[in-house]
Amino acid sequence: MRIKKNIAISDSGFVFNPTTGDSYSMNRIGRQILDYLREGNTLEEIKPRMTEEYDVDEASFEKYYFDFLSMLRQFELLDEKNED
Amino acid sequence: MKTKITVALTGLNNTDNPGPGVPVIRGIRESEIFDPRIIGLAYENLEPAIYMHRVVDKTYQVPYPSEGSGVLVNRILEIHKKDPIDVLVPNYDAELYAFMRSSEILEQAGIKTFIPTLEQFEERHKANLPEFGKKYDLLVPFSKSITGTDEIKKLADEFDYPLMVKGKFYDAYLAYNEEQVRMHYNKITAKWGLPVIIQEFIKGTEVNVVALGDGKGNTIGAVPMRKQYITDKGKAWSGITLDDPNMLELTRRILEKTKWRGGMELELVKSHKNELYIIEINPRIPAWVYLAVGAGQNLPEAMVKLALGMEVKPYETYEVGKMFIRYSYDLITDLKEFEKLSTLGEL
Repeated sequence: MRIKKNIAISDSGFVFNPTTGDSYSMNRIGRQILDYLREGNTLEEIKPRMTEEYDVDEASFEKYYFDFLSMLRQFELLDEKNED
Repeated sequence: MKTKITVALTGLNNTDNPGPGVPVIRGIRESEIFDPRIIGLAYENLEPAIYMHRVVDKTYQVPYPSEGSGVLVNRILEIHKKDPIDVLVPNYDAELYAFMRSSEILEQAGIKTFIPTLEQFEERHKANLPEFGKKYDLLVPFSKSITGTDEIKKLADEFDYPLMVKGKFYDAYLAYNEEQVRMHYNKITAKWGLPVIIQEFIKGTEVNVVALGDGKGNTIGAVPMRKQYITDKGKAWSGITLDDPNMLELTRRILEKTKWRGGMELELVKSHKNELYIIEINPRIPAWVYLAVGAGQNLPEAMVKLALGMEVKPYETYEVGKMFIRYSYDLITDLKEFEKLSTLGEL
């Protein structure tokens, strides 16, 4: 799953979708996952990094991850056309 | 060395329902090639820009177009005789008719304009939008003009509620039932006359484009925007420029097919399927045009250049994510100024 190329993400976690004009604020963890997605990482690549860095088990992380993805989808931040 | 020019404009009502006069003037004043003298043309003596002396250099009162096209144009010619005008920029839909019909008279007198032709103006009219959509293969909501309250009952046969009730020139209301249509119908006819336009309500996000066509099918500039804060009058109090190639492509297509001459505002609704419906095409520069100037496209300046017959290179880019936020400001003036305008018709 990739983030649309034209989405702007600032260091502070401010996300701007220039196609819709909507903007969002993300916390540090949200931003971190967004960055991983942007780099083209898959769940299998992201999961070990997150479970190592934070106190979360794999099953819980997956649940939160997919919740997060559906939120990104709802906000039209995901590039559904060029899924890999 | 900048070229000295005199530009006359209307739309000085910088109120909660603002005319485009002040933002257009700001664009022209920021020109790199013009040193403009601005003549304000005021219909009412409390239009704020009349008293904004850094914005408007001189103001003349003019009669409403409803008093007759000839009366308005004669007043402009009278002003032109004592205070020569190079370019006239009309900023209201309702007065365009008078200036389009008299464009030759104005041209002969030496006053340049850059406005749509009568045919272009008529075919994009709210009442003619369905035919316009068909002719140019564009998505428009189903709509119908009505001229009597007896037609309101039958609307349920052709429309689903809610629907939009719109005035010929301005005003648009959402109505959820027949009673609300009747109420809005009466309000609109009292203000703008007939017909009243009934339009299918398209659910989605409202987006807008300000554009300038050179009259030969070329787009000189276009900037898409989404309103971020809307007043109770439906006006943008804040907006942001968008990066939406579909909106730009649609704008270019319309300007190319119609060979649009002058400023234009496209009011669009982006449906949930990401389809762009044309809700309205306004035949002039909108009041939020200064956002385009701030984003890198000085469309008011380009329009003056086109009016003067100068070659204008189309703008290719603009800054995405540029915002505008309107504000109100209490301007203090003296009774003397108000008195001067009210009694002499100029300030």
